[in-house]
Amino acid sequence: MEEVRLMKGNEAIAHAAVRYGVDGYFGYPITPQSEVLETLEALMPWETTGMVVLQAESEVAAINMVYGGAATGKAVMTSSSSPGISLMAEGLSYIAAGELPALVVNVMRGGPGLGTIHPSQADYFQATKGGGHGDYHFIVLAPSTVQEMADFVGLGFDLAFKYRTPAMILADGIVGQMMEKVVLPKPRPRRSDKEIARQCPWAVTGKPDSRKQNILTTLELDSYKMEENNLRYQETYSIIKRDEVRCEECYTDDAEYLMVAFGSMARICLKAIEDARGNGIKVGLVRPITLWPFPTENIERLSRRVKGILVVELNAGQMIEDVRMAAMGRIPVAHFGRLGGIVPNPQEVLDAFKERILK
Amino acid sequence: MKEEIIIAGFGGQGVLSMGKILAYAALSDNLEVTWMPSYGPEQRGGTANVTVILSDSKISSPVLDTFDTAVILNQQSLDKFENKIKAGGTLIYDSYGIHRPPVRTDIKIYRVDAMEATFDMNNAKTYNMIVLGALLKIRNVVPVESVMDGLRKVLPERHHSLLDLNRQAITKGMQLVE
Repeated sequence: MEEVRLMKGNEAIAHAAVRYGVDGYFGYPITPQSEVLETLEALMPWETTGMVVLQAESEVAAINMVYGGAATGKAVMTSSSSPGISLMAEGLSYIAAGELPALVVNVMRGGPGLGTIHPSQADYFQATKGGGHGDYHFIVLAPSTVQEMADFVGLGFDLAFKYRTPAMILADGIVGQMMEKVVLPKPRPRRSDKEIARQCPWAVTGKPDSRKQNILTTLELDSYKMEENNLRYQETYSIIKRDEVRCEECYTDDAEYLMVAFGSMARICLKAIEDARGNGIKVGLVRPITLWPFPTENIERLSRRVKGILVVELNAGQMIEDVRMAAMGRIPVAHFGRLGGIVPNPQEVLDAFKERILK
Repeated sequence: MKEEIIIAGFGGQGVLSMGKILAYAALSDNLEVTWMPSYGPEQRGGTANVTVILSDSKISSPVLDTFDTAVILNQQSLDKFENKIKAGGTLIYDSYGIHRPPVRTDIKIYRVDAMEATFDMNNAKTYNMIVLGALLKIRNVVPVESVMDGLRKVLPERHHSLLDLNRQAITKGMQLVE
């Protein structure tokens, strides 16, 4: 049996990256995710798997190292927190436009601006609707446990390589900083150059005689060709939307009301729901695991038989727009959130539910 | 079994480490556990607290509004958390620096003079383990041997010579509780 360990979410990401066989990590420290880089430095994977771990001179440098590494077919990643992700926005758009697989971790803190170091989910729009310029999407995974922090590293890379598109783990300060039990994924070796060449025939690895030159560029001045590129991206996105939605439902079978929340906020809601059910109020939870693609169908289906939905987020109301679009005005959809690094407790959530939905 | 614990005091008192050792002890005992710190610049003073939940079933929220047990090591934390203890719950506090003692009558209150006990131990760094000893005596959530297991995991091997001292501090803390 695999060893059960106790660690922080940030530490779990670092361990999982080494075990997945990641080729390179490029990052720059920022609270509340600095343990990712610190743990990687302590693990010294360059002496075991050969993984490169590099503290770049800035977030801008880090994301462009990811861009370069990804272009060669290597499994590369970075991690940061909200203001750092904003600095990376240009690079993120280029990586999406280059159709490159990469993993980006955002352990969100309160903003806007330099904000606070405390937990937040205020980057939902940035992660799911763009962030950088242009019509692009990331696959966005929202972990709610330390176990998912570990598991989503592998899942994120698998999806990124499957669809040649970047994936993001959108976590928050709670799940990054808290410790709980985790079983780490089994270690596997990094891919050999031959395996990379087979898996990534598009990679720019130096031209052998056996194939034509590979060119990766995000610049296309012929707008007809640029439209074709865009249509190709959209084709990929539509397949991802069809096949890769992930969502957890709790207590929805007999639910008369719903809460919708992601990440650690979903766990706080679950406790509120358990308390509500103790008092005979039948509330269910929908926890989107992929924020993009969004589990529209789950909410659409449930909105036909529940009486109201409370969307609970550590922001002023972002995911609620996607929930409202899924509910299509069939039932009331209200929002409850705390801002700027404040985390509501289960009682506050329950009170808000009673006030805004139960009435 | 489910025990929801808050440990709160000044940064530097070993609040987070104490919670960590408790969490590792729970791991040795095959319990479910969450350890949620108030993170930030508290290492250099200010108040620090950590929520530790031990349970024999899956834990939903790592963030709580009320607690079964509060371990309180300064006045600010007492002011903040006394009212967040569930009725019938337990408050353990060190009277050192406390000028407004707890007033609730619907909880069990234990005064544990752990700071004073560190003078007997001749070692201020044993403080959090003395407090932990008192907690274990009052709320027997994990056996002492699991705590020692936890310590072995938390302490780097080069510090394993200190395991005995820690055990003595835990014993001292247990003795402080009548």
